[in-house]
Amino acid sequence: MTSTPFTTRFKDDDSLFYISIILGLGFIWSMFAAHPTGVSALLYPTLEMHGYMMMFFFLLGILAVVYKVGDGVPKIDQSEYEDGVVKAGVIATTFWGIAGMLVGVIIACQLTWPNIFYFDNLPWTNFGRLRPLHTSAVIFAFGGNALIATSFYVVQRTCRTRLAGGMWPWFVFWGYQLFIILAATGYLAGVTQSKEYAEPEWYVDIWLTIVWVAYLMVFMATLYKRKEPHIYVANWFYLAFIITVAILHLVNNLALPVGAFEAKSYSLFAGVQDAMTQWWYGHNAVGFFLTAGFLAIMYYFIPKRANRPVWSYKLSIVHFWAVIFIYIWAGPHHLHFTALPQWTQTLGMVFSIMLWMPSWGGMINGLMTLSGAWDKLRTDPVLRMLVVSVAFYGMATFEGPLMSVRYVNALSHYTDWTIGHVHSGALGWNGFVTFGALYCLVPWLWKKKELYSLRLVEWHFWLATIGILFYITSMWVSGIMEGLMWRAYTDLGFLEYAFIETVSAKHISYIVRALGGTLFLLGTLIMAYNIRMTIKGRGLAEALDGDVPLAKKPALPAAQPILVGE
Amino acid sequence: MFLKLHQYLEKKSFALLLGIIGTVSVGGLIEIAPLFYIDSTIEKVEGMRPYSPLELAGRDIYVREGCYTCHSQMVRPLRDEVERYGHYSLAAESMYDRPFQWGSKRTGPDLARLGGKYSDEWHKLHLENPRAVVPESIMPPYKFLSERELNYKSVAAHLNANQKLGVPYTDEMVELAVSDLKTQLDEYADDYDGFMQRYPKAVVREFDGNPDKITEMDALIAYMQMLGTLVDFEEYQAEKDENLR
Repeated sequence: MTSTPFTTRFKDDDSLFYISIILGLGFIWSMFAAHPTGVSALLYPTLEMHGYMMMFFFLLGILAVVYKVGDGVPKIDQSEYEDGVVKAGVIATTFWGIAGMLVGVIIACQLTWPNIFYFDNLPWTNFGRLRPLHTSAVIFAFGGNALIATSFYVVQRTCRTRLAGGMWPWFVFWGYQLFIILAATGYLAGVTQSKEYAEPEWYVDIWLTIVWVAYLMVFMATLYKRKEPHIYVANWFYLAFIITVAILHLVNNLALPVGAFEAKSYSLFAGVQDAMTQWWYGHNAVGFFLTAGFLAIMYYFIPKRANRPVWSYKLSIVHFWAVIFIYIWAGPHHLHFTALPQWTQTLGMVFSIMLWMPSWGGMINGLMTLSGAWDKLRTDPVLRMLVVSVAFYGMATFEGPLMSVRYVNALSHYTDWTIGHVHSGALGWNGFVTFGALYCLVPWLWKKKELYSLRLVEWHFWLATIGILFYITSMWVSGIMEGLMWRAYTDLGFLEYAFIETVSAKHISYIVRALGGTLFLLGTLIMAYNIRMTIKGRGLAEALDGDVPLAKKPALPAAQPILVGE
Repeated sequence: MFLKLHQYLEKKSFALLLGIIGTVSVGGLIEIAPLFYIDSTIEKVEGMRPYSPLELAGRDIYVREGCYTCHSQMVRPLRDEVERYGHYSLAAESMYDRPFQWGSKRTGPDLARLGGKYSDEWHKLHLENPRAVVPESIMPPYKFLSERELNYKSVAAHLNANQKLGVPYTDEMVELAVSDLKTQLDEYADDYDGFMQRYPKAVVREFDGNPDKITEMDALIAYMQMLGTLVDFEEYQAEKDENLR
């Protein structure tokens, strides 16, 4: 311990000061939240359990801050990149990916073999509680961590400057993990708003808002102090993702809690307005979380890995603004033929079809970036993964507009076809582009020449690809089959099938689906092993020295790789 | 010209941020905001009333267990759906639903018009062990609902929150919430008439067949037995001008 007064220790970097205020307030609130409710916290979805959990985690945070400050606030070398938080993000992404996909395989098995995978008196293992756990774990925990980690990596490199905000990036990282843990345990305990992909209750939403504002501030401040004249295209997409998700999250989660220390809340909107708000949110969680954010990954990692400039600068401008303008309108295609007024449904359908073009603009820009480097698809399995992800993106963004046509939707809606569509996007596009980015990042971050094993990447690639094919083809079959069976009539004009007949008809497809998901999970496990061995420096992952951070290199005179393709 | 403008945006991070906010705001404003002030968005119908305390508690269980992940509550105006489930759903029928439960997937059948289709006993058996009544069913078992006591101490606070949001609960309804909840389980209760006046068409009986305990099963079945029963479709004229949207 040094003898400097406590307050002056924050002179260089006051981030820890404000972070500790947030943690302190959180701790005080959670003490009240943990008040005993008179019913068992393990049986009823009360705030008690989360109160204790938050007390524990906030206390842990405060202790970590005290420990840091006790040694004197760490001097930050502004000429070095902040890569620690990116490394943590890479590990978190891998961990949550496995967790989320494992839950996916479990719920796929539940729908296939209900007698084996359901238990009479374990309500938290039921499909209804595990399904939000699966969707949130893969979208927000796996995808979210991938986006935060890559955005922190990319914004530093393309702005040629260290992340802004001292310890704030670490607050964003750990705060986000706390959000995930609260959301996940909440679902298991039955704490849910029942709005799809926005299930966490009001207090978890408020916590995410705090974390997300910190994220936006860190990102904006880093852009602001950049040493490059232009903001690189990947950062446009990251910025659109961060700010739009903030808007969506704030509006869709407006709710009135039953009490200041009660878990349950009621939505500010009701019925038809609530439905429209929810699917404005829901579809744009796809549009901005799973598309804009991941396009940013594509725009950095494909050119980097292929060592080629982005194909067209103009195309990237046009498709960026077109994608973010049009996506927002597409929500009502989730509500065709419902009680939503028809004018809104029609707008949603028209814009969904228009969305096809800017989406493919992004796909073309990503694929054509390989011009002159197509041979690398044969030799580099990581680049192949990235490129196949863009192909799946193209496929999913063609299927989407097709399914948003009212009369196609009449057949496809409520069926497994939707589930298949989502997974061709989530597994093929988001999954593969994330895997590709992780395979790039691990050797770069841990300063290794190469990954531990490229053969294992090949195994991962093929297992996952076959897994996806099993998944989406089985869902096409079962989805279109059940859609047709629901509307089938006999010669005498009666409905031909009872509902339960359409359920049992899907059994074989469900087996194939569970198999596909298992293969995909297996691929991810192989990746985790490969990453672990790379970090350890085994196999091809020899240590690399002499890697000078870009921030320390003199600025290059006006070499803007993005303009080359013009 | 266009590229010049973009060069500016690429060099000014705040201008880029504002540009993005402006661009993404348009669609949402045009599609969502009018739904709040165009009168014809929600049909004028007879019979809609707020959920009784027991039904609301049941609905909270429906939400808690994630029933919406497999069951929709939205019958579309398509021939097969109207024949399979009943009259197509109106916007008015979910006007007190916070949040809405239209759902997006039918792993199980639609439940918008479930009320009165099956007996309480069937529901109880089916929820406890779905495969006991429907052998091919893939639904999870909800045996614990019959055993667990309903936590209704704060039900008045739940009504109160809904009242603040604009659901037409009267102060009397909020005040009598706990008593109304018990009344709905007992047709011989003292306040039966008062209860029926506050919640017309409410089904009053011992839903889970166990009069010793107010269980979560009671609440959930009470909710399911009223789904889609409030609007009288004998009187509703779908073809009238004001009902076309």
